[in-house]
Amino acid sequence: MTSATPPGAHLPEHGDFLWRNPEPKKSYDVVIVGGGGHGLATAHYLAKNHGITNVAVLEKGWLAGGNMARNTTLIRSNYLWDESTAIYEHSLKLWEGLEDDLGYPILFSQRGVLNLAHTEQDVRDSVRRVEANKLNGVDAEWLTPDEVAKICPIVNISDDIRYPVQGATYQPRAGIAKHDWVAWGFARKADEAGIDLIQDCEVTGFTTDGDTVTGVRTTRGDIACGTVALCAAGHTSVLLDMLGVAAPLSSHPLQALVSELLEPVHPTIVMSNQVHVYVSQAHKGELVMGAGVDSYNGYGQRGAFHIIERQMAAAVELFPVFARAHLLRTWAGIVDTTPDASPIVGHTPYQNVYVNSGWGTGGFKATPGIGWCLADTVANGRPHEYVAPFALDRFVTGALVDEHGAAAVAH
Amino acid sequence: MQLIECPWCGPREETEFHYGGQAHIAYPETPSELSDTEWAQYIFFRANPKGPFAERWSHSGGCRQWFNAVRDTRTYTFLATYRSGEPQPEVQS
Repeated sequence: MTSATPPGAHLPEHGDFLWRNPEPKKSYDVVIVGGGGHGLATAHYLAKNHGITNVAVLEKGWLAGGNMARNTTLIRSNYLWDESTAIYEHSLKLWEGLEDDLGYPILFSQRGVLNLAHTEQDVRDSVRRVEANKLNGVDAEWLTPDEVAKICPIVNISDDIRYPVQGATYQPRAGIAKHDWVAWGFARKADEAGIDLIQDCEVTGFTTDGDTVTGVRTTRGDIACGTVALCAAGHTSVLLDMLGVAAPLSSHPLQALVSELLEPVHPTIVMSNQVHVYVSQAHKGELVMGAGVDSYNGYGQRGAFHIIERQMAAAVELFPVFARAHLLRTWAGIVDTTPDASPIVGHTPYQNVYVNSGWGTGGFKATPGIGWCLADTVANGRPHEYVAPFALDRFVTGALVDEHGAAAVAH
Repeated sequence: MQLIECPWCGPREETEFHYGGQAHIAYPETPSELSDTEWAQYIFFRANPKGPFAERWSHSGGCRQWFNAVRDTRTYTFLATYRSGEPQPEVQS
């Protein structure tokens, strides 16, 4: 980000042509259910890395109109556990070359993330995570409050607030990207490769033969398929219920909100789990904020207002300059959470159905990484090494990848 | 915010309540005989329906009692609330 050009001053124009809007064929080698970021990225890498193009991406609404249109676009890989770091760091490396790969602007801005620590235990956990990150080759530093203020001067580091800032972890390579452009870049590239992106096409059931799925039933007719990849995020349980497959997923509304457009005031990303708010400033100038999920299960794409009040109180205490900013709009996406706050990816009891779910509040940052690994999984009929630890059977074996409280993860 | 009907206190603000997940999950009757798969089912696996869902709530900011509710997860509307131990009522969704 240069000081001469304010962020968002020159948003790129869209291409004249993005993708076709084809009628579904009778049959595909691979059917991807869900036309969001993960589904589109999987389609792209199926074509690019494996030459598999007889593929349909089925989207019940409009392309990338679910969580992909509703997220807060943060990208980072500063997770504690090796398994999580492997997939998120793989993803971050792909983000770093994605604009060239897609030939499309995605406004990836590596402005860094500060994860604030507010208590003695926060500090210990944070320093531990920094060291774990370093061991895994992830850029990470521990910063004192004064160093935090140098990177983001509007953070209130005074010691007379309820939870004073005691320091922060810092990942300089973390960033944000323009979520719609990311989706359109993947969609355009998949379409170019001959993959059919089929919108307004809801899956209503499956046809099966023993432990094989032979086709999907949709609102636009029956479609036969060789392999199915479920990439429906918060609605994965609805699909799995149709297959009679149980998975420990709970869908929750995850709210986000933006302020009116402001001059550049917030040069990085700041997250706080203790007071629970996170903030970045979008390319156009909105302050983009989020926190944790609403407590109850829900599919309603809205949440309770007291959740917003709580995170606003935290934000204004941490960033006193926000006090006069106006809230422009709020919304929610539906995220599927798991008992160990890690995704569920890989085999299902059906030999040709793969599930990609349970990303909770953190799915956007994984987009290219999971697309890459799921395409590899589908192409080779076995889990890619980066998704193998996230198999459904870990809830029976006890080999959980428990990121709750470990990775500055908020769900 | 919405009003939730506590079976003891009557309608109160949502902020007084705490969510407890799926209702009617009974502790296994013969725990020593359960397989790993059955333990996993008991501990981790919960229903996640898009529609009416029987779940537990606590009136943590009021009488502090746990109770059950049937709530529509599409609209978040509470279709019924009832005391623990009472059967799940039939509701129109």
